[in-house]
Amino acid sequence: MKKTGAQILVDTLLYEGVEVAFGIPGGSVIPLFDVLYESPLKFILCAHEQGAAHAADGYARASGKVGVCIATSGPGATNLVTGIATAYMDSSPVVAITGQVKTHLIGNDAFQEADTTGITRPVTKHNYLVNDVRELAKTLREAFYIAGTGRPGPVVVDVPLDVSLAECDATIPDKLSLSGYKPKYDGNPRQIQRAADVINEAKQPVLYAGGGVISSGASDELREIARRIGIPVTTTLLGLGCFPEDDPLSLGMLGMHGTAYANYAVQSADLIIAVGARFDDRVTGDVKTFAPKAKIIHIDIDPASISKSIPVDIPVVGDAKRIFAELGKLVKPVDRKDWLEKVNKWKESHPLGYEPDGLKPQYVVQQIHEVTRGEAIICTEVGQNQMWAAQFYTYTMPRSFISSGGLGTMGFGFPASIGAQIAKPDSIVFDIAGDGSFQMNVQELATAVKCNVPVKVAILNNGYLGMVRQWQELFFNRRYSCTRLDGAPNFVKLAEAYGAAGFLVERTEDVRPTLERALEIDKPVIIDFRVSPEENVYPMVPAGKAIDEMIGGLA
Amino acid sequence: MADSEKEHRHVFTALVENKAGVLAHVSGLFSSRGFNIDSLAVGETENPQFSRMTIAARGDEQILEQIIKQLRKLIYVIKVQDVTPADHVERDLILIRVNAEPHRRQDISQIAHIFRANIVDIAQQDLIIELTGNESKIEALIKLLRPYGIKEVARTGTVAMLRGKK
Repeated sequence: MKKTGAQILVDTLLYEGVEVAFGIPGGSVIPLFDVLYESPLKFILCAHEQGAAHAADGYARASGKVGVCIATSGPGATNLVTGIATAYMDSSPVVAITGQVKTHLIGNDAFQEADTTGITRPVTKHNYLVNDVRELAKTLREAFYIAGTGRPGPVVVDVPLDVSLAECDATIPDKLSLSGYKPKYDGNPRQIQRAADVINEAKQPVLYAGGGVISSGASDELREIARRIGIPVTTTLLGLGCFPEDDPLSLGMLGMHGTAYANYAVQSADLIIAVGARFDDRVTGDVKTFAPKAKIIHIDIDPASISKSIPVDIPVVGDAKRIFAELGKLVKPVDRKDWLEKVNKWKESHPLGYEPDGLKPQYVVQQIHEVTRGEAIICTEVGQNQMWAAQFYTYTMPRSFISSGGLGTMGFGFPASIGAQIAKPDSIVFDIAGDGSFQMNVQELATAVKCNVPVKVAILNNGYLGMVRQWQELFFNRRYSCTRLDGAPNFVKLAEAYGAAGFLVERTEDVRPTLERALEIDKPVIIDFRVSPEENVYPMVPAGKAIDEMIGGLA
Repeated sequence: MADSEKEHRHVFTALVENKAGVLAHVSGLFSSRGFNIDSLAVGETENPQFSRMTIAARGDEQILEQIIKQLRKLIYVIKVQDVTPADHVERDLILIRVNAEPHRRQDISQIAHIFRANIVDIAQQDLIIELTGNESKIEALIKLLRPYGIKEVARTGTVAMLRGKK
């Protein structure tokens, strides 16, 4: 039976098990939306394509499934780019389907034409321009396969209007053959043995776990190994939740705004076991000074991550879950009482903290943790709010912390929280926001209200682009150039204008009751917390320093 | 400079899908990752489904390793080899338009002869020399012709292939 490209496209999405897609229609995707009109696929109409891309990303990170967004050609596609780049930097599986002008018009500067594959090439795992309707089903299936396997990432499929309209006898291929893409899942047994030998001999080892542990679903294995053989675990920002932070072996986050004890432990370690992490500059500080005494084992599914910024002694390429399963058979409990005592002393002497004068952002985050009993999904914006959310909420489950780590995209958290809430309708979903970041995708309030997505937005409102202000304070002689956010709206009225609920909190004692009230409201809620304007994120490793050269927040 | 001392030139061959956009993926990778590329040559292989690219690039050990790994990550790239350490053949084709007033043609023609280069065009004031060879041979010819006045140069970039097992 002949089908149009648009029909084939939607059929293939359903074949891939897609339940929800986010986006906005436009000229070159009208045939596609015509098919969606009576399709079981739930389409979430967003207010801006950037919001759609972040929502698809948030959906993917909360569920582990591939997130899907759809936009039209030209500006629709270019508006997706920040969202695609965000997903790329954080290895999040997203398929972005974009309309394109008719094939005979490509390159002609046609109306709403942009070179989407050209623009997105550096920020995608792969991309396609589909020239022939007969290739469409296969291409889409490849896109999902590539996005969701190996080191996940976004894939763009650009579909010209005439391809959507063309008809062909369509069958969705059930087998794919991609000769240039064969992710390696099993670790080399010899490398695993070498790693195990080094681990068994290490006196001061630290596990350094990143987002790869979460995407591989290896949290249980990580926990099992760490506890059985007694190795402290620090995580990256994106790794938060992959190891329970209430475990005595947890060191919390490391790096620029990590805990002092995580950074001290890494700098004193004789072995770093990196898993699904990529030695980002925010983690290592000055690379020449990072973990100076340590041998480094690096377990990662992406061979290109290995020895990219830090030379690695024992690389193990493959899937963290499978490698842990093998490694677990070879590593033995070793008595490292001295090391663990040393680490615990650092934990006692250098806890995270803040001065409790006035309404403090850290206190708000702690209270969110308490009222949600640590069971919420926390999305964040970027900047100070993100770091406080990382530091002062205790994450115990994978996929409970969703944040733009690599690209650092302000405006990510709110649309991502909508995607996360749609993926996990029974969870409490918070967006811990700043007043600056929130305003970057505030238009998605319309989406949240219209689709009954009851996300809670906690704005840590300090009236500044706070992280930049902090740098200006510390390194630019308090010259607050363009960081004061005058002209912010009344967030309570703004929420109400969209049909959401809004609260203003100015006193510490109102934090808890307002949060509790917000949780009882079954619609989006915005809480404007007027926090101390010049509160800083500490500890902090200044740029170019070693990670144990922290300033602030140290006892 | 200390940095350039650690830099080596390596030649990579990559078997890639013969599809639109492949060259953009490869060249884009080099520009977005800041890798230095000396030359890139591409053409269809014995199987029209695939093309072979030969890429000459420069960098220290770590960068050269990254180049291979990043190339391998590209979906359209099927196989990448660094042929530099192995026994291999490298060839580059160059066309040189050199100043050649009638009284100098003889000298130039002799140089070309010694290099086993061909003179493929003669005009009033210049001639075109074609030479195939490895990089050092081509550089040597350029050096010798420079005093006569080189007007134009066109090069294919290096192509390379491993020698067969003897």
